[in-house]
Amino acid sequence: MILTADEKAMLKGAEGESVRRALHYQLQVGQFFGAQRMVPITNAHMMGDIEVLGDAGLAFLEEMRILGARARIPITTNARCIDFDWAERLGQDAGECAKERKVIATLQAMDIMTTDTCINYQTLYQPHLGERVAWGDTGTCIYANSVFGARTNFESGPAALAASVTGRVPDYGYQLDRHRRGTFLVDASRATLADLADWGAMGRLVGEHRQNYYAVPVITGISRAPLADELKHLGCALASYGSMAMFHMPGVTPEAPNVEAACGGTVPRGQPLVVDDAAIEAVYRGYPTGDGAARLVVFSGPQLSLFEIRQLAAMFDGRRVASGSSVFLTSGNGVLSAARKLGYLKPLEEAGVAVLEGVCFYILQNLSQMREANGWRTLVSNSAKIVNIIGAHRFHTVLRRTAICVEVACTGRLPEHAA
Amino acid sequence: MATARLCAETGVSQPAPILTIAVERGFGSVVEGEALVSEEGFSPRYDLDRWSGLITKPGHKLEGETIKDRVCFFPTAKGGIAAGWAFNDIRAKGIAPKAFIFGVTNPVMVQGAILAGIPITEGWSPDPAGLLRTGDWVRVDPERRVIEVLRRGGEA
Repeated sequence: MILTADEKAMLKGAEGESVRRALHYQLQVGQFFGAQRMVPITNAHMMGDIEVLGDAGLAFLEEMRILGARARIPITTNARCIDFDWAERLGQDAGECAKERKVIATLQAMDIMTTDTCINYQTLYQPHLGERVAWGDTGTCIYANSVFGARTNFESGPAALAASVTGRVPDYGYQLDRHRRGTFLVDASRATLADLADWGAMGRLVGEHRQNYYAVPVITGISRAPLADELKHLGCALASYGSMAMFHMPGVTPEAPNVEAACGGTVPRGQPLVVDDAAIEAVYRGYPTGDGAARLVVFSGPQLSLFEIRQLAAMFDGRRVASGSSVFLTSGNGVLSAARKLGYLKPLEEAGVAVLEGVCFYILQNLSQMREANGWRTLVSNSAKIVNIIGAHRFHTVLRRTAICVEVACTGRLPEHAA
Repeated sequence: MATARLCAETGVSQPAPILTIAVERGFGSVVEGEALVSEEGFSPRYDLDRWSGLITKPGHKLEGETIKDRVCFFPTAKGGIAAGWAFNDIRAKGIAPKAFIFGVTNPVMVQGAILAGIPITEGWSPDPAGLLRTGDWVRVDPERRVIEVLRRGGEA
């Protein structure tokens, strides 16, 4: 790789051991992917919580802090695994809670902003067209690349941390024009897409069709202006099922004024993948409903926007979560503070919905034990991402539209055919 | 039968590989181990119990198998940002694989493997599906960009 004079000095330790280590690590990653150079970034977003870090990860962070690591650009954090106000009620481990506090303190000591949200793109920072960032949580990446036209690869915790310490990233993947072109077409002209879950179901169909980081779908035929939450659920599902980092939507996303431009001038040959109402209904029918008992409903993964919470508040108003059932909703502090001020949390809490802050359900510390202790078997959600990602915890998961999720929450029963 | 050759590192005579698979990119040192061959993609978040090393996602084609000390062949990477930290965590817990071999991977797997010091490769020719079975003994040489199948499972 060709390095600048500054980067060569960093590698020699001119800016300290933490910077040297961070850059050395980034160069190893860059060399793997054939990067030619490093490029400056303006913003980073990292995942770092004790559930995924483990003791080894916490020790790594502490070592970097002691070595003097400091973020030289703004860096925020993703959802974490513990809401301390809920930890005891959820049966989370006191020892792990103490470690999580240590993680937070260690990150803050490195000038990392512990915002604890996976929807930074809705609430914290909206990069502009062509702006280079280093974001982690795949949902944040695909939104940055697709909707903002910003540039990022999937930057996992250590990679985003390193990027914040050096202020740059290796120039490969979605930093490069050539990987940002559409690689296949999707025809969604006969999909109604009325509910957020429909957008997630489309993301599943498209993602599973080409499970490849470098596959970039060009989704055509969208008949109205999609809302940010709809694009959020689409993107999260594409990233989850397809490991995809970018999509185009001609007329909607900034690098796609039309199909030709989205594809870099040459439209891929072959029939487009058709996603229509029938295909989406088939997705819903594909989840076995078992004996119909469904005692866990989750609105999370990604965290909810203020608009989603307002909608749920109206749907739960005057109702009660079924006795013996659990319902969770998660979002970040900013959204929840606004929701409380606007009165949206009251009907939810009166209905018995557990509102958790700064976390995402699927990464909760002790989740497998929580599942066993509560006898949870079936998890119902309107998020296509969460019904996919939670598999290792042995949940039986079912995707349903938002209104059905509310119905299941209040009855404990999963209607067999209703989606 | 396979002809013998001298191993550069040990000076010990070794049989020629039964099969050689070329890879496009690689990181890490030379390792040998038992292959775990998957038809399905992989994510440490979606599929793996990160406390036991067992693949626990219900319905995963390798459900119940361990990744510990094996050379893991996966056609694709799923998801997911977790691998960045998770590979370092499972290495510290003593349940890491010997190497990750991907048909197509994503940066997270690479970032995680490099942090943890676990060899990783991407791209393969020929595709090991049908040629390689779980239990076969393989050597991974990321620098030379090759994977060699040294003996079939069940052979001494």
